[in-house]
Amino acid sequence: MADTNPITQFEIHEVAPLEVAGLNLAFTNSAFFMVLATVSVTLLMALATNKRALVPGRGQSVAEILYGFVADMVRSSAGNEGLRFFPFVFTLFIFILAGNMFGMFPYLPLPIHGVDNHGFTITSHIIVTLTLSMLVMAIVVGFGVYKNGFNFLKLFVPAGVPPVLYIIVTPIEVISFLSRPISLSVRLFANMLAGHILLKVFAGFIVMLIATESAMGLVGILPFFMVVGLTALEFLVAFLQAYVFAILTCIYLNDALHPAH
Amino acid sequence: MEQGLIDLGKYIGAGLACLGMLGAAMGVGNIFGSFLQGAMRNPAAAQQQFGTLIFGFAVTEALGIFSLLIALLLLFVV
Repeated sequence: MADTNPITQFEIHEVAPLEVAGLNLAFTNSAFFMVLATVSVTLLMALATNKRALVPGRGQSVAEILYGFVADMVRSSAGNEGLRFFPFVFTLFIFILAGNMFGMFPYLPLPIHGVDNHGFTITSHIIVTLTLSMLVMAIVVGFGVYKNGFNFLKLFVPAGVPPVLYIIVTPIEVISFLSRPISLSVRLFANMLAGHILLKVFAGFIVMLIATESAMGLVGILPFFMVVGLTALEFLVAFLQAYVFAILTCIYLNDALHPAH
Repeated sequence: MEQGLIDLGKYIGAGLACLGMLGAAMGVGNIFGSFLQGAMRNPAAAQQQFGTLIFGFAVTEALGIFSLLIALLLLFVV
């Protein structure tokens, strides 16, 4: 039963133990997949753009499509001023996308001690997504105060509201602002966690049916097709959640650029 | 006996928590339905509203995910 427990896939193992002054700073399989995501994206973008052909080849087309996609997203939700944050949003989007996608490997036998023989979704741990969303909020607040000074507080006092209503509207705006990092991180984390648990639960059905060692094992073909379909859906979710994270970042940055709505 | 009672509460709680997704399901359905309705009437304007669509979807879906998270926590962590 231990093998079919859908939660074991999220376990963190130490690859290279390291302890500094009582702090456990071990290099884990989570860190390994973060490095893998960063290195592969860097290699892809560096190799794809080193020729800089006027008529792009296959690799360059991928890089240009990604660039154009994110640039359009930033421009449409944060305006041309928002383009100064393009490198940040692009990095965030690509990192989350690569992290989600490397988690989609059902079987990935890497000869490294401590790394399981399947992909590990770094974004299925709330500490990773919360760190990313706190970084976003720190930049929104930091840049908003730097650019607008006290006018940044106009974010909590929307224009065009009868003054009496500020008693209600301002606390609501403050609460909604404070819950942003939580909803931003929990959305990504819970989507990836729930999706991968779902895949493993259905995969567990196949194992259990075959383990009966009777004609019931043939029924296992049904959850198998279900898993294939769900995997396709999970690829869509992996992309969509990276997109949602990036577009919400753009919208929050827009607040920092134009706090008075 | 004691453990059995705890398990019972856990599973009932997880089932009840999943009911929260009902609201999110209706909300998400409403968003995409309304978007299609608007897009069919004015297909030219639909393309620019894709970002708004995804934003509304994400904000609504988050609430359903929160209740699913409670259910998963009850099942596997508590």
